[in-house]
Amino acid sequence: MKNLPLIVIVLVIGGGLGYFLGGGNEQAVEQEAVMETSSESTLEAVKAKGYVQCGVSQGLPGFSNADDNGNWTGIDVDLCRGVAAAVFGDADKVRFTPLSAKQRFTALSSGEIDILSRNTTWTMTRDTQLGLNFAGVNYYDGQGMMVPSGLGVTSATELDGANICTNTGTTTELNITDYFRANNMSFELVAFEKADEVVAAYDAGRCDVYTTDRSGLAAQRTKLTNPDAHVVLPEIISKEPLGPVVRQGDDQWFNIVRWSLNAMINAEELGVTQSNVDSMMGSDNPSIKRLLGEEGNFGEELGLSNDWAANLIKAVGNYGESYDAHVTPLGLARGVNALWSDGGILYAAPIR
Amino acid sequence: MNFSDLSRLWNDARIRRITIQVVLVALVVFCFWWLISNTSQNLDKLNKSIGFDFLSQNAGFQIAPTLGTWLFSYEVGQSTYWDVYLIGIINTLLVAVLGIIAATVIGFLVGIMRLSNNIIFRSFATVYIELLRNIPLLLQLFFWYFTVLRSLPDKRGKVDLIPGAVSVNLEGLFLPFPIWHSGAGFAGIILLIAVISALYMRAKSRSRQLMTGHPLAIWRITAGIFAAACLMIVVSVGIPMEWSQPTFIETGPILKQGFDKTTAIMIIPEMLAVWFALTLYTAAFIAENVRSGILAVSKGQTEAANALGLSTGQTLRLIVIPQAMRVIVPPLTSQYLNLTKNSSLAVAIAYPELVSIFAGTAMNQVGKEIEMFFMMMVVYLTFSLLTSAFMNWFNHRSKLVER
Repeated sequence: MKNLPLIVIVLVIGGGLGYFLGGGNEQAVEQEAVMETSSESTLEAVKAKGYVQCGVSQGLPGFSNADDNGNWTGIDVDLCRGVAAAVFGDADKVRFTPLSAKQRFTALSSGEIDILSRNTTWTMTRDTQLGLNFAGVNYYDGQGMMVPSGLGVTSATELDGANICTNTGTTTELNITDYFRANNMSFELVAFEKADEVVAAYDAGRCDVYTTDRSGLAAQRTKLTNPDAHVVLPEIISKEPLGPVVRQGDDQWFNIVRWSLNAMINAEELGVTQSNVDSMMGSDNPSIKRLLGEEGNFGEELGLSNDWAANLIKAVGNYGESYDAHVTPLGLARGVNALWSDGGILYAAPIR
Repeated sequence: MNFSDLSRLWNDARIRRITIQVVLVALVVFCFWWLISNTSQNLDKLNKSIGFDFLSQNAGFQIAPTLGTWLFSYEVGQSTYWDVYLIGIINTLLVAVLGIIAATVIGFLVGIMRLSNNIIFRSFATVYIELLRNIPLLLQLFFWYFTVLRSLPDKRGKVDLIPGAVSVNLEGLFLPFPIWHSGAGFAGIILLIAVISALYMRAKSRSRQLMTGHPLAIWRITAGIFAAACLMIVVSVGIPMEWSQPTFIETGPILKQGFDKTTAIMIIPEMLAVWFALTLYTAAFIAENVRSGILAVSKGQTEAANALGLSTGQTLRLIVIPQAMRVIVPPLTSQYLNLTKNSSLAVAIAYPELVSIFAGTAMNQVGKEIEMFFMMMVVYLTFSLLTSAFMNWFNHRSKLVER
């Protein structure tokens, strides 16, 4: 290697030059980056491209599911459409990205989507370690278990030695592990990437138990060969508050998503529906006046127009209407997801 | 320095070369710096930091029983994310190595069959190659997995492949495992000596054949050596090993019925499906490599071998294949690399390899995408480079010696 000294010299000079170029510009680049954050908020980026990019599931009836024509429906979808209506006055200015459980957070933090509305459980780790913010809860769920009725099992405490099928990359894996450890029972976990394969494997008999959120059990059950030959066990082994998620560090966008959800819940509480929203415009009730933008400038404070909530309700209806249209058909009663005034725990902060 | 000096410098080939190289290195360093600083700024904005501390945290999820979980005695609450990483590597390596071995054997067989004069063999090989090579691997994976699942009884039933020893049901394939008694070490040493002396005799036979043209009766000698070794072991320590008896439980709580996993080795169906799919898919490509390799050997070689009175098998083994290897090995390397990388598709059917448990489950718990993808890239890169290095060495060995 007689060229070695030459190579070393080239590397040193070149490296130094590169470092100098980089280092010399460091401040300028930093300034640029800071400017970028203040000038390119999510709201402005969304307005510039003309639509909201929304991350949804790969097909969970009632929450986010596409029909044969590619039209998405479900309460998670309604939330995204609601945000689009609040921002643009047009609920169709939204595009959906179907994501697997393990892709979803990366897609959000990389900026590929603006909202993640994909039956996602709010946990502390996700709020802190993952750099995300949960904008609220649109469905209070809990993890349940389904077994073939042929096994004769009536309680989860009888499941010692079971094989369990579930999705990878979810809180389900952790909850089921905790539950079996707490009850000193053994089990084996078979974790698939997509829900369709979980259902197919459970249906083929690979597992004794299928576990996921109870809403998911009700939805996926319809895909089994013989839905009636399976029972959902009474135990609810976890708290699963599902809600929309945004990136940390953009409070304005966070507020828009949070208050879009609150507006849907408040609208139900105030009796404002998709069909009566126009006639409600003349209402004397100050809460309704504030909601619909006839009093105060709540919309402008969000960076939107004052009729943001009126547009939202016109497009997707209030929370109860959305629930009845999508979740009730699955056979899931309102339960804890009823308004606080009806005995549930749904309680949105007031618009005032 | 005036213009003519500059142009003289530029016309000096040596200086021009150095200048271009300096600029190139500068550009590369600048790009890396830019990437790193941009990434760290963006992470700062999300309140995330770079670090590998998460590796010592406990992993709170169960992993399906596989070679990896057995080797590292995985236990929820005790084992860390580092263990999860290692288990993922072992499980990936396992299907890759098993797949490479099986795909090579099947690939060579099918490749030779494709050139056979027997029309049944030839058409079977053609159909096999064209069918498997042209269907996406992921579909084949699902096909094998759900075919296996749909055709087997659930864990409360079984199909005996070898009654009392090997059985299969939806939970997996159950095999007996060896139980060693005292004296097993002694037996091992005796067998090792036997293998070494058999190899020595083989080498000796070969050199004798080169010298005199008459080989030793190598098969008889080998059989004799091993018979003597076995006799010695049986006489001195008896048979120092027995097979476990897989126990099938048919009574008691319904969920506890099925094979007692402490009495057998269990191979989960996910692993079998991944192995089948990777093997059969890659074997189709290898078969084509083998065919092209054999066709590359001039026909005169076979004719010359026939003239010398070598049998078809000897011609293939001694004349054709060694020469064909020169053509086969380089593309074979890339098939091995493909197989290893394709094993990451196993995530779709719940085989707990690296991408499934580390990039899937673990990443969702700790959210360190950059670090974890970096760690996985290191693994796949290492596998690939090692495979290439080995195959290059092998290729060098089997290369035509030119004088």
